[in-house]
Amino acid sequence: MTTSAPAILVRDLRKVYGEHQALQGLDFEVAAGEVFGLLGPNGAGKTTTVEILEGYRNRTAGIVSVLGHDPQQRARALRERVGIVLQSTGMYRHITPREALRHFADIYPHPRDVEEVIAITGLQEKADALARTLSGGQQRRLDLALALIGDPELIFLDEPTTGFDPAARRNAWEVIRSLQELGKTILLTTHYLDEAQALCDRVAIIKDGRILAEGPPGELGAASTRYRVVWRDESGELQAREVEDPTALLHQLTSAALARGSALEDLSVMRPSLEDIYLELTAEESEEAFRG
Amino acid sequence: MADGAVLAYRQWRLERRMFWRNPTAAFFSFILPLLFLFLFGAIFSGDQKTLDVIVPGILGMSVMSTTFNALAMNITFLREEGVLKRIHGTPMPPASYLGGVMANAVNNAAVQVVIVVLAGRLFFGIGWPKDWLELVVFSVVGVATLASLGVAFSHVIPNFDAAPAYTNIVFLPVIFISGVFYDVDNAPAFLQDIARVLPLTHIIDGLSAALVTGTSLADNAGHLAVIAAWGVFGTFFAVRGFSWDAKRD
Repeated sequence: MTTSAPAILVRDLRKVYGEHQALQGLDFEVAAGEVFGLLGPNGAGKTTTVEILEGYRNRTAGIVSVLGHDPQQRARALRERVGIVLQSTGMYRHITPREALRHFADIYPHPRDVEEVIAITGLQEKADALARTLSGGQQRRLDLALALIGDPELIFLDEPTTGFDPAARRNAWEVIRSLQELGKTILLTTHYLDEAQALCDRVAIIKDGRILAEGPPGELGAASTRYRVVWRDESGELQAREVEDPTALLHQLTSAALARGSALEDLSVMRPSLEDIYLELTAEESEEAFRG
Repeated sequence: MADGAVLAYRQWRLERRMFWRNPTAAFFSFILPLLFLFLFGAIFSGDQKTLDVIVPGILGMSVMSTTFNALAMNITFLREEGVLKRIHGTPMPPASYLGGVMANAVNNAAVQVVIVVLAGRLFFGIGWPKDWLELVVFSVVGVATLASLGVAFSHVIPNFDAAPAYTNIVFLPVIFISGVFYDVDNAPAFLQDIARVLPLTHIIDGLSAALVTGTSLADNAGHLAVIAAWGVFGTFFAVRGFSWDAKRD
């Protein structure tokens, strides 16, 4: 994986809408076969970034390479190798999923089998129902099915499970994992931390058009130098403190407890989770923006 | 994978199927003009001079309804629903896609031409067209022009809820001014001046020549020139302003 060229390469990507700087110099790479997540609050620039990579929007400045192509050129050869699930796209209201998949299969050079894609996305029962009668979750599954029909090597998923119930989310995750096992490269955006943690090999936390942190979800927390120590004090109140090095604090707590002759209840020492890092990073930025 | 022409054919096949599966759309762009034809035919039954004006007029109106109105509404709908954006993310060549969408409107118009010609012969005493070639030429150029104007006009329509109002504010005055229901020569001068600029007037004049009066294609070259000029105008703005995404930057 390290020897092959990255599936996606982004250098100093900038996008300006009028006065508004939507993207202020993004840098990241996605290796072939990797699941990469763009994580951030609404309005952070996730969709702008993805739509530039998909070829829907033109960038203001920077270098972008997707499977060796500049997506802005809109080469048909690139679109044949890419599958896209947009945040919101409609379909003909009077088409059935099976018809839609057959029609879209004809557009690609090496499509997957229509029935197979119907099965993967769990649309068997609705394969011959009109699209307008599908529920929101079923329409989302049709979106995914249409993105997979061309057997793409790179798949963009813009908030693929927004609006799903928990069971449907788990199913979608299974599909995404199975795609990863097939060696597909996946770039997904999400504002669900558990989704990023469950699916992504690496994530980039993005806010106000900048990447604030990047790495494997597990290591983003571990990279932090701080520990969170929680315990119950002698009056029964829950205390929490964040420290660079917990050694001294733990020694102090344990010796005080020994001296009292009581147990140190509810003690835990934790690295910050992805959620803590995420909230910390995005909150700091908001405060700065607020002060500015 | 198939080449551009085959993909355009498949898209046309799909559009046609979608069109007939939506009875409301099919009714408004297809049945309504025919209803008008039979109502006016019944009202002016026996008044051959009026029928000679009305039958080509209704044909012009039908062609405009199935191309200009249908495409302006349909493209607006497909854009707002995100179907255009989805298609734009696939390897489908834009020309094939739009070719397929427009071909469906064109073939609906062709069916209208056949029905009105048959009705003219069977019920309205018009007889068979006097000049078949002229009928084909004016139908083809008229349909292409109104179709391109319909796609161009869809760029002006802000959203699908507004589409019927936007379409009708153009369609209704145009069919009245262009002389669908009366002979333009009898209208007040200022309306005649406006009528002379509108493409539908010239399409109706051409169809009238082909169906009723039998004046030759050479005699009506001026009408053809005006329609073609609108066609160039429409095609330019249809291509230039085309947007695949309702929420563009």
